[in-house]
This record gives sequence, C-alpha cells and structure tokens, in this order.
Amino acid sequence: MRVLQLIGSFVLGFLESTGRLVIFAGSAIGHCFRPPFYWRSLGRQLIDIGYYSLPVVGLTAIFTGMVLALQSYTGFARFSAESAIATVVVVSITRELGPVLAGLMVAGRIGAAMAAEIGTMRVTEQLDALTTLSTNPMKYMVAPRLIAGVLMLPLLVVVADIIGVFGGYLVAVYKLGFNPATYLQNTFDALKTEDVVSGLVKASVFGFIITLMGCYNGYTSRGGAQGVGAATTNTIVSASILILCFDYILTELFFAR
Amino acid sequence: MTDKAPPKIRIGGLYKAFGTKRVLDNLDLDVGDGESLVVIGGSGSGKSVLLKCILGLLRADAGSITVDGEEVMGSPPEKREAINRKFGMLLQGSALFDSLPVWENVAFGLLAGKLMDRKSAREVAISKLAQVGLGPDVAMLSPSELSGGMQKRVGLARAIAADPEIILFDEPTTGLDPIMADVINNLIIETTREVGATALSITHDMASARKIAHRIAMLYQGKIIWAGPVSEITRSGDERVDQFIHGRADGPIQMAVRA
Repeated sequence: MRVLQLIGSFVLGFLESTGRLVIFAGSAIGHCFRPPFYWRSLGRQLIDIGYYSLPVVGLTAIFTGMVLALQSYTGFARFSAESAIATVVVVSITRELGPVLAGLMVAGRIGAAMAAEIGTMRVTEQLDALTTLSTNPMKYMVAPRLIAGVLMLPLLVVVADIIGVFGGYLVAVYKLGFNPATYLQNTFDALKTEDVVSGLVKASVFGFIITLMGCYNGYTSRGGAQGVGAATTNTIVSASILILCFDYILTELFFAR
Repeated sequence: MTDKAPPKIRIGGLYKAFGTKRVLDNLDLDVGDGESLVVIGGSGSGKSVLLKCILGLLRADAGSITVDGEEVMGSPPEKREAINRKFGMLLQGSALFDSLPVWENVAFGLLAGKLMDRKSAREVAISKLAQVGLGPDVAMLSPSELSGGMQKRVGLARAIAADPEIILFDEPTTGLDPIMADVINNLIIETTREVGATALSITHDMASARKIAHRIAMLYQGKIIWAGPVSEITRSGDERVDQFIHGRADGPIQMAVRA
C-alpha cells in the first residue's frame, strides 16, 4: 500500500506543477499581446539574448561543424563516398544540431540568468515593489523576455547554421584536402529550404521554452539564496530536457510521414 | 480625522489563513481620510500580511476591503490596478530595483505609467530626492552604492513620486540606527502632510509609532485588540497593549520561543 501511496502522491505532485506551469504560461502569453508594452525592457532583452549569446553560440557551432566533417569522413572513407560529407554536415546542422545546441547553450546562459535575476527580485520584494508602482510584473518582467526569446533564437540559429557549415568546410578543405569548389557545390545541392525552416521553427519553440522556464522558476522561487539557487538549477535541467523532448516531437511533426 | 468623514480604507471581517494557521481572523479596521494610522504588533502577528492583502499582493480568504467606498476584494484586474494607483508603498527592505539608477527608481511609476517623458520624469525624481534630503548627485548612482538609510530615503521618494493619496509603510525604521530612524520618521511626517496623504504604517518600533501616528491600533492573534489616539495608548486598560508598549517578556502575550 505504501508503494501505491508514493506513486499516487508523485503523480499528483507532477500534475499539480504541470498545471501551475501551464496557467503561468497562458497568463504570460496573454500579457505579451495586451498593452501596456515596455519597449525599453524588450530592447534590453533582445540585445541580451541575441547579441550577447553570439560568441557562445558561434563557438559551439564552429566546433560542431568541424567535428561532424571529421567524424563522417572516418565513417564514409570506407565506402569511398567522400562527397557525402558536405550533405551530412549541412543536413545535420540545419535540421538538428544548430537549433538544439544553440538552444542548450542559451538555456545555460540566458535561462539560468533569468531565473537568478527574477528569483532575487522575488526574495528581495522587488516584484512586490513593481506591483506597488502599478506595474504588473508579468508584463514588465516576463512578457518582454518571452517575446525576445521567441524572436532571437531563430536569428541565433541562422548564424549557428552558417558558422557550423563553415566549420565543416574548413576541416574538409584544409585537413581532408577536398576541392573547395566541389565541396561548396555539394553543400548548396544538399541545402533544402524545409530543413532550414524546420530548424528555425524549432529554435522559436526552444526560445519560448528557455525563457518560460527561466521566468517561471524565478517567479515562483521561495526562501532566500537557497531558493534562488534551486530555481537556477531547475531552469537549466527542465529547459534542457524539454528542448530535447520537443526536438523529437517537432521532428516527428515535420518529417515523419 | 473627524468621525463624520467616510473612511479612506475600511476593512471588514478580513480573514486569511496559511494552511491551518489563521493569520488574520475577522479583522476590522478603518483608516480615515488624511489620518496617519499605525498598526503595532509582534513579529509574525500578521502585520505584513494585512498590508499585502490591502494591495492585493496576497489574496485574503474572506472579508471586505473598500478604498473610497469601492470594494477591492474580488474586483477585476483593471479595476484593481486603477485603485492601486492611489497607493504608494515603502517596503521593508526598500526593494529598490538594482538594475536601474536611483533616479529611474524614483521615477519608475511615472515612466511605467507613461505619465510623462523621461526628461521631465527625471526632474520630478530629482525634486522628490531633494524632498527626502538627497542631492542631485545621488540620482545617477546605483542603489547598491547607497547605505541602508539612504536606500530608505530613495524608497520613500519612490513611494511619493506619483503623489499617491494613500501611503503604506512596512516597518519604515527597522534596521536603522536611532538617529536615522528619527530622520525617516520626520520625513514620513513631512511627506505625508505635504501631499495631504493618508498613511497606514506597520511597525514594532514604539518610538516611531508614537511619533508618526495620529491613531494606533494593536494587532494580536489576527484581530485588532485595541485602537485609539496615540495620547491614550498608555491608558488603554489592556494588559496586552501595556506589555507590548513597555516591551516586557512576562505578561499575557507569550512569544513562542521554540517553534
């Protein structure tokens, strides 16, 4: 009986927190579309998420592209199909690795920072102070972050795609000794609009997940420094898992026929 | 202050519980227009919860709160926000926004409410800072560069920036040395009188309560057990009030030393 009790309380707890998150998300989305809008706050978030994430996303992308070219060469060399490397690099970067790796890196960089900032504002009563100044914290803190995440992640992924493919080109041409013109031609032949677009849609969804988890965990944090620390950890863990989970779901929606 | 004027804030039968713990239990309280009422009570007596219920930061379980005769409890968010515009509040830890410079903190309500452009909001901020005894050189500093007393002053300037009709003070002197506490008390008296605002404060600092209050009410076990003019508090005839204002450990109020 104790086991059943444990399972029951676990399931109830899970449903309860899922419900809270969904209600929070619904209310946050509502605030994104209803005035007043805080443009300065939005501008700051756009720069913070988009511009300041460029180095970390770019570095991740270039090494991923390089290692992809190197790895697929060891695989494909046996079948003397070296031209396939360009295809492998461009398809896996645009469809999968660009959005997923950018999403994971931004989750670590931005999601955690949001949870820490909003969590600290919660425990130091700064969120209450917003309310006393007739400013809805959902509108002032949460809505600009959600909008910025949904808008900026696809742009970051465009950059990651280009840099990733370039990384593959570097390794293919300078290390494996391919003909640059042939490699580029193969790359462009393999580049499909739907691959890139599906990657960008994924990026938008990931941007929503990251900012939502950061804001939610920060907003609901309790109990001082320890609570803020827990909120930060929860954000990275839950955002990362949700990104991988939704990556599968979206791939299924786009490509499984 | 006259008995005939309708109360600015009327609280009736307010009830709030956290789990099984009753924090506010059928609480009644009136605050008159232009009056300064101080609610005293021990730590954990529910003073902060009372203020948070009035502002809607916490939802009370039952009862009624009216501001200028308008019911606040259960009113839709837009109406709630409109009523909240009448309020200014000085929070216990000042709760300044550490991402913004001092002047933007003070002008926050004006800027966020789109009441004026940044240039004139900044002028208002500097004049409000002057009102609490801070020079214009403070305006560009970050809140973290200020001492606790100065942060309180900035918090006060922020609370009065939009010329509110009602100002709430959450333990305004806690954590300050006695001299700075008195400076803040004087500023509270000046700033509320200057704008003709109604003030509702909560504190456990009796010196502060005596100084800023027209009327004192004591909160104990979720109820107002005594309320009256500040001059009559020593003659309340209630042992619990006497114990509190004299700060004695022995008496009818037994603090839970061990949880």
